[in-house]
Amino acid sequence: MNVIEASGLAKRYGSTWALRECSLAIPAGHVAALVGPNGAGKTTLLNLTAGLTAPTAGCLTVLGGRPAGSPSALDGIAFVAQDTPLYKNLPAADLLHLTRNLNRRFDQHYAQARLAELGIPLNRKAGKLSGGQQAQLALTLALARRPQLLVLDEPVAMLDPIARHDFMATVLTAAADDGVSVVLSSHVLAELERVADYLVLMSQGTVRVVGETDHLLASHRVLTGPTAEADRYARQLSVIHTRRGEAQVHLLVRTSGAADPAPPGWEVHPVSLEELTLAYLREPGVAALRGPARGRHAEASEATR
Amino acid sequence: MTALTMPRRDENTRLRPVPWRRMAWVTWRQHRMALAGVAVFLGVLAVWVWRAGLGLHYAYAAAAACHPVSSFACGDLVSRFNGMDGFLAPGWVFQVVPALIGAFAGAAVLARELETGTFRYAWTQGFGRWRWTLAKLVPLAVVVAAAAGAFSVLLSWYYQPYFGAGNQNLGLSEASPLAGGLFELRGVALAAWTMAAFAIGAFTGKLIRRVVPAIAATLAIYAGLGVAAGSYLRQHYLTPLLIKNNFPPASAQMLSRWWTKGGQPVSQSVASQVLQGAPSQVAGKGGVPQALGSVQYLSQHGYTQWISYQPASRFWPFQWIESGWLVALSVLLIGATIRLVRRRAI
Repeated sequence: MNVIEASGLAKRYGSTWALRECSLAIPAGHVAALVGPNGAGKTTLLNLTAGLTAPTAGCLTVLGGRPAGSPSALDGIAFVAQDTPLYKNLPAADLLHLTRNLNRRFDQHYAQARLAELGIPLNRKAGKLSGGQQAQLALTLALARRPQLLVLDEPVAMLDPIARHDFMATVLTAAADDGVSVVLSSHVLAELERVADYLVLMSQGTVRVVGETDHLLASHRVLTGPTAEADRYARQLSVIHTRRGEAQVHLLVRTSGAADPAPPGWEVHPVSLEELTLAYLREPGVAALRGPARGRHAEASEATR
Repeated sequence: MTALTMPRRDENTRLRPVPWRRMAWVTWRQHRMALAGVAVFLGVLAVWVWRAGLGLHYAYAAAAACHPVSSFACGDLVSRFNGMDGFLAPGWVFQVVPALIGAFAGAAVLARELETGTFRYAWTQGFGRWRWTLAKLVPLAVVVAAAAGAFSVLLSWYYQPYFGAGNQNLGLSEASPLAGGLFELRGVALAAWTMAAFAIGAFTGKLIRRVVPAIAATLAIYAGLGVAAGSYLRQHYLTPLLIKNNFPPASAQMLSRWWTKGGQPVSQSVASQVLQGAPSQVAGKGGVPQALGSVQYLSQHGYTQWISYQPASRFWPFQWIESGWLVALSVLLIGATIRLVRRRAI
């Protein structure tokens, strides 16, 4: 089952295209990270997933074919928006009650236990909680709905490092213990390596790279060698990004897997997720890598490009 | 490799939706302060109107019962009644009641969610956003209309003395029940105007997405609609009656007056010129025919005075007509708001 599946998805606000020709499939059971610079279309994609807005063109389904925004889709998805909006004037207990009344399922026991664990008093108004506690409260409300898919839009952007760590720990626990699929957007790259096992790299309103993190890391290498030889090898290899020094050059290359591409005398290093992400984001001209989980249609359209 | 699954209808597509009654609690919990505000606002006004009304009714009873009418003491009582509550008598001050309720209770429902971003929470819950909107707007519209309706019962009582049948003969102030300013406060009109103001508020709140500008827009639209209804629409609800060479009763609402001679319309200036020749006690101020004597004088000279008017007996038909279109407008606006929310939230 794919928790998110988009084909030819496009969204226009006025005259600007927030998303165009966006096709991807995120399989269930992952913590998938949507990565990209501001304006890449991450929030738009998540809003479409949550059904808050409708696509201008294309098709988006969630949780194995449910149309985004349909009652069954809303039932299975819990969405925590950017800056975790909550009713500031309501106490935590009332927010639990509110969420319980608005959903078919709500695990009151889990929610109360979780808030007790976090030290959030039930009678404290949401607006009086710290930023980290507000984020945790919003996350608790979302997880108590027992969703199949948890969607988080920039969940940790406003949090300090400790709150950020605690928040992601809760998310990972839910993913590991309850099998909740998670899709989150972030531009905090350092956080992702620890958290995400699936990567969706976006820029300029389209998907650039999709795939399991391990697979992506395994299929890319950094080659270090003399600058003088760089151009000769660059033509033979699939180079994503080149970083030139005085004497040495670093080539981030995509490997086909089995064949080791290292020219004689060059050093081969594994690539970090951050390096990989930055390389693709810095080189918008490089052909997109649509990962293993793509359809025939997407492959064909890529070939014609 | 995961295959690209096509959209399909799975067994979960036909979920039993979250029941409406659970949303009722949400609406109550989130808007009980606004409703309490409406209740306090109307309650304070009601106490004030009640106290003022007791004095007014007392003064009216004293003046109406006074004998002999021509005595100095009676004249004193009559002028006392006529001079009372000059501030409230035209009724304009209460026109703000529907406007304020509509603006503050109505505009906030959607605009606050959109302004603070909480719609991203509320509209992604299992209940569904168009049902959420319906479950908020309809009960709130009905409740604020009912509150205004209850208040208008009190206003009807307050203004009763001005509609006494014999007022004019006793020299007491008499108003037409159809007069702009009073008509909207009595019967069912105040409830309908409040509902319409609430619906305008909800609709502008969705469009403008910010509370304060939405409140301002609601007040402006309400004022425009009130003026349009009072000045242009209401007089056309039913075909006006015509009266020839006479004046309608004081309780009627006069619409227009014109003169003819031999079937041809004559301008007011011509009629005024004719009256110049009349004895001074017949001609009204500025040569405009005011009293019956001037009409008789004009008819002696071959002129006919026509007056179109709406009789006081049409009060209830007019109330139902006005409330009817206001409720229809409210339903339309709330429906449009729900439709907008359903189409897209952002």
